[in-house]
Amino acid sequence: MRNAIIALILLALFAALFWLPSYAPYFYIFVATEILLMGLFAASFNLIFGYTGMLSFGHAAFFGIGGYTAALLLLHFQLPLFWVLLLSMLAGMLLAAVIGFFCVRLDEVYFAMLTLAFGMMTYAVVHQWRSLTNGSDGVAGFALREFGLGLDLQLADPAVYYQMVLVIVVLASLALYLITRSPFGLLLRAISENAERVAFCGINVRRYRLLSFIIAGTFAGLAGGLFAPFNRVANPDMVHWTESAQPVLMTILGGAGYFLGPYFGAAVFVLLETWITTYTEQWMLFLGVILAIMVIFFRRGILGTILDWLLRRQ
Amino acid sequence: MNEPILSVRGLSKSFGGVHAVQNVSLDVWPREKVALIGPNGAGKTTFYNMLSGRLRPSDGSVSFEGQDITGLPPHRISRLGISRSFQITNIFSELSVRQNVEVALTALHGKGLQMFRIASRDRALREEAEQILAQLGLAELADLRAGVLSYGDKRLLEIAIVLATRPRLVLLDEPTAGMTPEETRQVTRLIRELAASNTYTFLITEHDMSVVFDLADRIVVMHRGQLLAEGSPEEIRNNKAVREAYLGEEEEP
Repeated sequence: MRNAIIALILLALFAALFWLPSYAPYFYIFVATEILLMGLFAASFNLIFGYTGMLSFGHAAFFGIGGYTAALLLLHFQLPLFWVLLLSMLAGMLLAAVIGFFCVRLDEVYFAMLTLAFGMMTYAVVHQWRSLTNGSDGVAGFALREFGLGLDLQLADPAVYYQMVLVIVVLASLALYLITRSPFGLLLRAISENAERVAFCGINVRRYRLLSFIIAGTFAGLAGGLFAPFNRVANPDMVHWTESAQPVLMTILGGAGYFLGPYFGAAVFVLLETWITTYTEQWMLFLGVILAIMVIFFRRGILGTILDWLLRRQ
Repeated sequence: MNEPILSVRGLSKSFGGVHAVQNVSLDVWPREKVALIGPNGAGKTTFYNMLSGRLRPSDGSVSFEGQDITGLPPHRISRLGISRSFQITNIFSELSVRQNVEVALTALHGKGLQMFRIASRDRALREEAEQILAQLGLAELADLRAGVLSYGDKRLLEIAIVLATRPRLVLLDEPTAGMTPEETRQVTRLIRELAASNTYTFLITEHDMSVVFDLADRIVVMHRGQLLAEGSPEEIRNNKAVREAYLGEEEEP
């Protein structure tokens, strides 16, 4: 019964979001696209953080390489977007396999520092490899043609692009959700709580951490691959360490203990940023105050706090 | 009983200059219940940590069912058939009681890499977990979050996780520590029942001498990192060196 209600709410939410272009101001199509992409990016991060218990500060590397892969493929080969996105995921997966191979050997703060270091290295490579990446200007000037798979989508129309993003993000999120509920996901949660006990149950913890890291990198690559065409450019900002901080902040804002927490956090983050920056330049000050309040008083995030409150009222 | 299930030769561990365990040799035979006793700091836990892969020995060797396992990581040793409990309760507090057992069963059945099916819909896993919980009298608590269990139930859940890995050699590190007398009797009875099933071999450290003399087929005494004595409960009870080193500090068993 409860599951049916939740499914119904989510279905209604999907319908409302899908038809958003028909009733919301044009501007909010862009806001909504950004929320969806940052939400997927943050949710992929939360597979490592919330579910496996490792705080990564280098997640933008996978988002960025996905974005650059998409931009370069669209610019030089004019591939259909579907294949571009698959290769963006592959790029994120491969980079995560390499970086993860080193990082999952470490625990706690050392893991965080090493992911940060690899994130910075990735940024430096992207920034300096001018012949390929065009340096600080980034890769732009590519055109979106067809989607592929025989679908006739006018991707140049932001409303159509938004609806495509929505469908892809929903499908990707369903896959991520299934992973978190699977036997593999159960072991990840057990590892996040007590890695040593899991090892004494016969599990090679390092291998599971690496797999979690690679899956997260793959989905971050997808988010980046969708973000670059949306933003009309793949530039070094996508790989910068401040970009790595975004999914961390969004996840804490929304609630790391819930699958939908990061999406919720991304929505609050992007909306607040949009509204506050129309009144003042001091968005970071507001963000800082909000985060401080969250961390001190509402550790379970906004979504977590709301759900706890609803459950207690029942 | 022709081959020992566990064979330890000259096992040593030193931290800096301190010899926590020194040149310990021990054979454990299949289906035996061996109690390892000794005063605090005798090196029992260090010894356990070397058997289970938590610590790498400085010297010596351990073999299990004829296979050399010296210095293998914990997950390899667990898969070979040695499972241990911990002196300090070591469970997954945020998971449900059933999930605690399912984690071990998932590992045992090699289901850990299944990513595209819902874990809670795995009937076989669920039934097996419930069967183990029933064996420990925890069946009614299966859906509770493990963190809310009473201390004694947490200790039982710890044993449930150990059994779920289907070990042939079970290392119990003070299974009754901190338990009420009633809970202690329950655990003692449980160990005896498990032993009667003839599938397990037990190595147990224990402070409660009544449990030790009640359960053990054989008692091994450690003192200052070395083996002090070894024998039947009767022999140990009458061993003068043991009495001086250890039992003298306790009440009469």
